[in-house]
Amino acid sequence: MKQLLIFVQKEFYHVLRDKRTLLILFGMPVVQVLLFGFALSTEVKNTKIGILDQDKTQISAELISKINANQYFDVDKNLKSINQAENSFKGGEIKMILVIPQQFTENLILGKKIQLQLITDGTDINFANQIYNFMSNILMDYYGQRTLQSFSGVQPEIRMLYNPQLKGAPNFVPGVMALILLIICVLMTAVAIVREKESGTMEVLLVSPMKPSTIILAKAIPYFILSMVILISIMILSVTLLDLPIKGNLILLFLISTIFIITNLLLGILISILTDTQQVAMLISLVGTMLPTLMLSGFMFPIENMPVPLQLISNLIPAKWYYEIVKNVMIKGTGLEVIWKQTLILFAMMALLFVIAVKKFKVRLE
Amino acid sequence: MFRTLGILIKKEFLQIFRNKAILAVIFVMPVIQLVILPLAASYEIKNIKIAVVDHDKSTFSRELIRKITASGYFEIINYGESYPQAYQEIEKDKVDLILEIPNNFEKNLVRENNEKVLLAINAINGTKAGLSASYLAQILQNYNRQIQVELAPETENITKTSGLEIVPQFWFNENYNYRLSLVPGILAFLITLISGYLTALNIVQEKENGTIEQINVSPVTKADFIMGKLIPFWLLSMLAFTIGLLVTILVYGIQMQGSFLLLYGFVAVYLIAILGLGLLVSVYSETQQQSMFVVFFFMMIFILMSGLFTPVESMTDWAKYIAYANPVTYGVEAIRMIILKNSSFKDLLPHFGFISGLAIVVISWAVLRYRKTN
Repeated sequence: MKQLLIFVQKEFYHVLRDKRTLLILFGMPVVQVLLFGFALSTEVKNTKIGILDQDKTQISAELISKINANQYFDVDKNLKSINQAENSFKGGEIKMILVIPQQFTENLILGKKIQLQLITDGTDINFANQIYNFMSNILMDYYGQRTLQSFSGVQPEIRMLYNPQLKGAPNFVPGVMALILLIICVLMTAVAIVREKESGTMEVLLVSPMKPSTIILAKAIPYFILSMVILISIMILSVTLLDLPIKGNLILLFLISTIFIITNLLLGILISILTDTQQVAMLISLVGTMLPTLMLSGFMFPIENMPVPLQLISNLIPAKWYYEIVKNVMIKGTGLEVIWKQTLILFAMMALLFVIAVKKFKVRLE
Repeated sequence: MFRTLGILIKKEFLQIFRNKAILAVIFVMPVIQLVILPLAASYEIKNIKIAVVDHDKSTFSRELIRKITASGYFEIINYGESYPQAYQEIEKDKVDLILEIPNNFEKNLVRENNEKVLLAINAINGTKAGLSASYLAQILQNYNRQIQVELAPETENITKTSGLEIVPQFWFNENYNYRLSLVPGILAFLITLISGYLTALNIVQEKENGTIEQINVSPVTKADFIMGKLIPFWLLSMLAFTIGLLVTILVYGIQMQGSFLLLYGFVAVYLIAILGLGLLVSVYSETQQQSMFVVFFFMMIFILMSGLFTPVESMTDWAKYIAYANPVTYGVEAIRMIILKNSSFKDLLPHFGFISGLAIVVISWAVLRYRKTN
């Protein structure tokens, strides 16, 4: 025990000595949480669209101004012909074109069938689909109001739970939290052991009487404390500046975050054990964890839409479970009765990584 | 002068090829990610899980439920007894939305021609919530028309010959293939990530190992030194890009619409800018760890604020300026535009302008700054 403490102390000195790295370590997450919390959103607003009005009547002008009044769209260009459309798309100025046909007004008044063409720039298909849906709702609404006055039928009364203003932050902040904690923790520890290998000080450790588990623990503890401080600062920021209330139990959130942090630190240690140079260790931890976590943890893209093999792979990503937990505890305010499964899985991952790390470390020593 | 540069480049290549792990990272990891990740990235929302609380249990309400299931977007998981009970299912993440049909639904609809249903949606993910609401609105529209005919058969002919039909067309992507939009974007990001890291780490590594001292006391000029670092990594990055492009074309069957010359022209300049940024970080950092964190910091911002995952249009105004100052925004957009839209050099002028300006600034900065430290 005493041995461990001395070793931890030594590691701490190493970490604290490097003021610049410390500054980067704390400054980075703070800036990122704020930046992404405020800036990111998949809301559709002020999307520039073009309109090719072949009807040119008061009614069609009314429809256009109705569309323009909607916060989703800005009518940017009155196109003269369909030939102009392709060039506007190629230059990337507008994202969608609504074609109002000749005799639009006439058919509307006579109650005949009307065809409206909606041409969308499909290069970003997710976005194209979203604006197509919004626009067709606006058009359908308009049409319904003009023609079916006597019959309005069933109207939905919509209640947006947990996030009435459809802000980006309730979705992105838990995700960014998971991502930042993951990468910071993995990166910090991934370098720790490799650096000793590179500088040759590992040899000294090898001949010392310390057990592998003691060495791993001592390497991880200072980084664990650092990560907790980072976690606390992210939480304070979300509550004070991003207006994200922590609805659930704060202690529960911290306990589970602890499990998540330890899991990531162990992942870093494992990478560290398996590689020989800092460069490779860091490249693996970054290129190998950043994009997969970003894309498979569920905060960017819904997991249930992914092909089954990918859904299975996503289960291996600790951040996926942590993200679900944070979302539930922080935003929804649910407790352990809802998230026990995720917590258990995270815990199992942590235990498994620990066993592997200790085993592998031994193997390398012999 | 060219002889020194040639020798430096040769030395650099020897060092790179000695390290098999780095080569794997450059060439294998991006290919794997490019093959796997785009499969994940779809907002095409299907199987929205829904809990129905039907207080009416009438023919009309059952017909509404049938129409919702038949649309293919929704999957009814649960028939709740009450709203609070269904709400618990949302709490447990078992369902995404609740549809509550009130008592006397059929009666009100027949008598007054209008009725409300409650739609409560888990809106933590705003996009998904917005799309779900929009799909349901479309289903209701259809339902209303059908009910109208049922209640007043004389309107049937009118309904048949009237109505609004919206004809969607997704240009440059007629088959609604979401991989088409993601693959070129992810390709752009992966080469940015790799080339940025390579240079960022390289000079620092020499600093840490002390080998940079030897270069500093040798008669190699600073410009030679920087170029000697830049050219090999530039060639490697171009090669990594080519492999990625082959994956794009062969694995995903994405047809190249634009000119290869224009694409390679852009990527060549783009990579110089990104490698230059890496060099700049490298020149300023003391340890590999530091430069790694700094690059990571910028890469996160670069990727999340590039419009690759969330559209630039949706960002707040100040955030848009960050997006417009972000090289990856131009990289992703330009590569997409050339591959998918056959955009011309003229269309890409802003992209070329920004990227070449950036390349000149960062490389001269790196050269100047490097000189000062000695």
